[in-house]
Amino acid sequence: MIAIGLESSANKLGVGIILHPDDGSTPQVLANVRHTYVTPPGEGFLPKDTARHHRAWVVKLVKKALRDARVTPRDIDCICFTKGPGMGAPLQSAAITARMLSLLWGKELVGVNHCVGHIEMGRLITGSTNPVVLYVSGGNTQVIAYSSQRYRIFGETLDIAVGNCLDRFARTLHISNDPAPGYNIEQLAKKGKTLVDLPYTVKGMDISMSGILAAIDGLAVQYGLNGPWNDEDETQNTPASDEENARPTRADLCFSLQETVYSMLVEITERAMAHVGSKEVLIVGGVGCNERLQEMMGIMARDRGGTLHATDERFCIDNGIMIAQAGLLAYKAGVPTPLKESTCTQRFRTDDVFVKWRD
Amino acid sequence: MTTTYHPPPLPPPFHHTLTPNLTTTSPIPMELITQGAEAHLYKTTYLSPATPAALKIRPAKPYRHPVLDRRLTRQRVLQEARCLVRLVREGVSVPGVLAVDWDLNSNSNSNSNSNSNENGNGNENSRGEGQGEGNTGSEDNGTEAKAGNGAWILMEWIEGIALKEVFRGWEASLKDNNRDENTAEEQAAAAAEERVKALLRKIGVAVGGLHRAGVVHGDLTTSNLMLRPTPSGQQSGKGEKVEGDGDEGEIVLIDFGLASQSIQDEDRAVDLYVLERAFGSTHPRTERLFGEVLEGYRGSYRGAGSVMKRLEDVRMRGRKRSMLG
Repeated sequence: MIAIGLESSANKLGVGIILHPDDGSTPQVLANVRHTYVTPPGEGFLPKDTARHHRAWVVKLVKKALRDARVTPRDIDCICFTKGPGMGAPLQSAAITARMLSLLWGKELVGVNHCVGHIEMGRLITGSTNPVVLYVSGGNTQVIAYSSQRYRIFGETLDIAVGNCLDRFARTLHISNDPAPGYNIEQLAKKGKTLVDLPYTVKGMDISMSGILAAIDGLAVQYGLNGPWNDEDETQNTPASDEENARPTRADLCFSLQETVYSMLVEITERAMAHVGSKEVLIVGGVGCNERLQEMMGIMARDRGGTLHATDERFCIDNGIMIAQAGLLAYKAGVPTPLKESTCTQRFRTDDVFVKWRD
Repeated sequence: MTTTYHPPPLPPPFHHTLTPNLTTTSPIPMELITQGAEAHLYKTTYLSPATPAALKIRPAKPYRHPVLDRRLTRQRVLQEARCLVRLVREGVSVPGVLAVDWDLNSNSNSNSNSNSNENGNGNENSRGEGQGEGNTGSEDNGTEAKAGNGAWILMEWIEGIALKEVFRGWEASLKDNNRDENTAEEQAAAAAEERVKALLRKIGVAVGGLHRAGVVHGDLTTSNLMLRPTPSGQQSGKGEKVEGDGDEGEIVLIDFGLASQSIQDEDRAVDLYVLERAFGSTHPRTERLFGEVLEGYRGSYRGAGSVMKRLEDVRMRGRKRSMLG
C-alpha cells in the first residue's frame, strides 16, 4: 500500500510518499520533500503569510514528490494530512489540498495528529519498540509513553514550547532564521564558554520555560546584545582576560540557554523513564536534531543502562512522510476520515488519538 | 550501548559499609533498591544492624554542565533535608533525616581513582567520581575545580509498598472482573472500588497535611506515595485517622528531591495538578476517581478552598498552551 502525506502545521510544508509492502516487510520512503518559509532575522512567521507560502508551493511539491517516487496518482491508496495541532491558517492549506486531491483522484482521506506522526516516524526509522518519547519542537514539548491504546502525556511544558523559547531568543539576538533559528543558536553555542545563571524550572515531569526566556532576554538587553549585529560585535567575541568581570557574549548566552533548557528536558525524560520503568528513549521533533541535546540524552540513557534513539533532520523536522506513515497505519487499521470530517484544528492533544494499530 | 549497568561506586563513608549478614560470616554489600531519576536508593542500617535506613545518593550527572549540576544537587539535597526536618516537626508522615552530605567534593581533594564502574559495590578506595568517571572523559575535565561529586542523604526506612503498585494491582483485577457477570464478583469489585476511593481520599488528606505544614512536594506521583501498614492493635496515633478499613495502613510521602517551602496557592495548585496528571498517565482507569483525592484535600486544612480554585486556572493553562504550534 502507498500513502501520500501532507504536512503544513507550522512554517514547513512537507510532502512524503511511503510504501508498505504487501508482504509485511519494512516500509520504504519513496519521496520526502519539504519547503520552509523563512523570515528575515528578528521576525517570526505570521500565520497569514505562512499560509500564503504553503498555498504557493503545495502543487509544486506534490508533483515533485510523485516524480521522486515514480508513482502516479493511481498507485496511491490514501491521502493523509495533518489535522492538528498547529497554526490555523497554515493547517488549512494542507487540509484543502488533501480534500482537492481526494476528489480529483477518488482516494480516501486520513486526518493525522501531528504529534502521533512524529512518534510513529521515529519508531519506524529507529526500530525502537516501546520507548519513552521526548517530543520537542517549536510548538510542543511533551514526554510521552504508550499505554493501553493511547500515547499518554507524562510531562509537558506548562507555558511555551522549548523550540518557541529558542526561536524567540534568536529573534531577540537577530540570529538568522535560515535554515532554522535553533540550528544557528546551536552553532553559536559551540563558541560559548561561560554559563550564566538562569532559572531552572522543573515541576515533577512538567517544565516551565517562559521565565527562562524573560531572564535571558533581560540579560541580552542588559549587555546590549539584542538587535541587529554590527561588525564590531563579531570581533569582540573574545572574552576579556579576567574571567570574573567578563561580559557574556552572544555565544555565552546561547550556550547557557541550551545547557539549561536541555538539562531540564533530559531530567524530566529520565524521571518518566524511572517512573514507567523503561530503558529506551526516543527523541522526535525539530529540536530533536540538536546534537547537544542528543549527546546529553545519550549520556543519561547510558547511565541508566538504556539506549537512545534519535533521527536526523530529514525525519526530526516536520515532514510529509511522517504524516503518510501514521496515516497509513490508521488506514490499515480501518479508520479513514470521511470528507465531511476532514477538518483541521489548532488544538488536538496527543492522548486524544485512539491508537488502534498497536497492542 | 547494551552493556549491563553497574551503579557507580558508593561515596565515603559508605564505600566500606556493608550490611552485616547475621547468618553467615561473609558480609553482603548494600542493596540497591531503585535507580530513580536523580538518585540511587540503597537499603542499609543506621547505628545498629537492626535499624534499617534508606541511603539516597545523588551522583553527579555527567550530562549536565558541571556548574549547573553542582548548583542543583546541592540546592536539592539541602531543600530535601530542610523540608523533611520541618515536616517531621509538624507531625506529617515522612521519613526522618539521619544524616546528610551536600557536597562530596568539598571535604577532600579529589583523588581520581579511575577504577571504572566494574566493581559497583567494591570495597576499594574509589571516590565515586560520578558516573562519567572512567568513561568518555567528557567536558567535566576542564572545570574540575568547580564540578561537584554528588551528595547523599540518609533517612529513616519506610516499610510498605508504593501506591503505584496498589493501583496497578487494582486495575489489573478490574480487567479480569469485566468478563464475569457474576454478581458476587461485582459486589467484590464494588467493595474494592470503595476501598480505592477511601485510599484516594487519604492521599488528599496527606497532601493537605503537607501543604498545611508549608511545604510543596514538587513531584507528586504514585511512585512517591507509600502505604505503610499500621502495626496491628495499635491505631495510628497522630494526624490522619484511618477511615474505612483499618488494615489499609498509613500514607507516607517520600522523595522530597524537588520539594520547596512555600505557602502560595499557585505552588500548591501545581502540586495537585502534577499528581492529577500522574494519575491520568500512569493509572488511566483510576483517573475518573481523582475527585476523591480532591475531596480529601478540600477538608484537610483551611486554605484548601482557594488552592482548588487556583487548580482550575492551572489546568486550563497546561492543557491549552500545549496545543499551539
